[in-house]
Amino acid sequence: MDLLQQLINGLSLGSIYALIALGYTMVYGIVRLINFAHGDVYMVGAYAGFFAVWHYHLSFFPALGVAMMVAAATGVLIERLAYRPLRQAPRIAVLITAIGVSLLLENLGILILKPEPRSFPEVFPLALYNFGGLIVTNRQMAILAVGLVLMVLLQYFVNFTRTGKAMRAVSFDMEAALLMGINVDRIITVTFAVGSALAAAAGVLVGIFYNRIDPLMGIMPGIKAFVAAVLGGIGVIPGAMLGGLVMGVAEVMVVALFSSTWKDAVAFAILIFILLVKPTGLLGRPGGEKV
Amino acid sequence: MLLEINDLHVYYGAIHAIKGISLEVEAGEIVTLVGANGAGKSTTLRTISGLQRAKKGAIRFKDRDLGNMAPHEIVAAGISQVPEGRRVFANLTVRENLEMGAYRRSDRAGIQKDMKRVFELFPRLEERQKQQAGTLSGGEQQMLAIGRGLMSNPTLMLLDEPSMGLAPLLVKEIFAIVKEINEAGTTILLVEQNAHMALSIASKGYVLETGQIVLSGKASDLANNEQVKKAYLGG
Ligand SMILES: Nc1ncnc2c1ncn2[C@@H]1O[C@H](COP(=O)(O)OP(=O)(O)O)[C@@H](O)[C@H]1O
Ligand SMILES: [Mg+2]
Repeated sequence: MDLLQQLINGLSLGSIYALIALGYTMVYGIVRLINFAHGDVYMVGAYAGFFAVWHYHLSFFPALGVAMMVAAATGVLIERLAYRPLRQAPRIAVLITAIGVSLLLENLGILILKPEPRSFPEVFPLALYNFGGLIVTNRQMAILAVGLVLMVLLQYFVNFTRTGKAMRAVSFDMEAALLMGINVDRIITVTFAVGSALAAAAGVLVGIFYNRIDPLMGIMPGIKAFVAAVLGGIGVIPGAMLGGLVMGVAEVMVVALFSSTWKDAVAFAILIFILLVKPTGLLGRPGGEKV
Repeated sequence: MLLEINDLHVYYGAIHAIKGISLEVEAGEIVTLVGANGAGKSTTLRTISGLQRAKKGAIRFKDRDLGNMAPHEIVAAGISQVPEGRRVFANLTVRENLEMGAYRRSDRAGIQKDMKRVFELFPRLEERQKQQAGTLSGGEQQMLAIGRGLMSNPTLMLLDEPSMGLAPLLVKEIFAIVKEINEAGTTILLVEQNAHMALSIASKGYVLETGQIVLSGKASDLANNEQVKKAYLGG
């Protein structure tokens, strides 16, 4: 029973990682860029949700919607201002820019939002459900449900809509996509918007779950979600989902079985392991589908 | 004149790939641009489609200057390109590839009609429409690339070496279909190393050598030209 309990805890943490990992993997799939500012967009989303609830007294779903929109706008703006001018530049220049944007967001956060952690207002009072000894909180259920719904919606979007199909086409061959009349700049914008919105959802869920947000909150989950994306196969959407869940479960299990001091080491152990054993990731195929 | 290229110069960094070429394509005809590997054929087509920018010179299509239009606007204006090496989206199904060809269109009925037409031209694509394009054979991928190029219902179709890497029988089939597409009303600019086949279906031809046009004229005249015979038709 204890194992099952840890599994539930791990899956809810993993949904958070998965939601963030999706943004890394989608952006990488389209522009082959590791968007190091992505973890900070997650932070921006968490704060947007915070203000929506705390200042504007919105309830959960409207606040979630606001946070996702604010983060989407932030992601799109970052792409326009920082990455797009470097589209033809060497990759290292873009990578360094991404790190710069990340530091900028973190320090702007400290400056404007204040460095002190804030406690997220209670969106719904904690309730515990006991399923024959298995304790599940309503907050865990919210994380799992929101995570699941968003991932299903994303799969539908990518596989069945015109824009989603164009994203896959751009990801496979950008030039051929241009020859189809696909406005690649628009597809890139949509990709950043969707990826950032998913990260914001994760940010709000974390705020509610752990009751605490701060301007540097994006760093560690950002790294872990990045590892999750690599674990699943960077550029592969279902891979990011799987990688996130595996990462969450692994972390919770290690804490339960060994000690919480190993909590953050798990991610790096996984990263080293996957790079040694299967660098293309669990669901990645060399030269195969990239979205 | 449907397409008019005037004194075009294109560079890759310091490499002067196209050195002042001029050519004309009239509505309804098949024009071919032949030349050896590295002559600049693909660069010419890429520049027409807006993937490459010209340093100098003008490309006019239906009296519009393509020089500062984005690639997707050029497709919308009525030019589609079937690129060298087919470049189908291997991770999309055959049907999705065709849908991408029609990306700029919103007339559902027209898209359906053109999809039917592509399936009539290439029945094998209809059988394989749910298959990932990456699983098709080389010949089938070329058919898909041409079908995808037709889905935008183009006025002008640019074909870059459609016979490349195909068995002789398949080459014949592909050329017959190019002719059929032209007879149905689409103007064609065909790039080929296989000068013999290309000149046999074209009305006009240009011979490109290291970025310059060295010969041009009626396709039948070029096919009988001693110089062309020696250089491109194996004697
Ligand atoms: N991306 C590129 N970078 C640098 N040089 C290129 C590039 N593409 C083509 N070239 C050069 O431009 C010239 C014309 O190439 P291309 O247009 O591909 O010829 P063709 O299609 O007739 O074989 C060649 O000398 C080739 O080496
Ligand atoms: Mg070529």
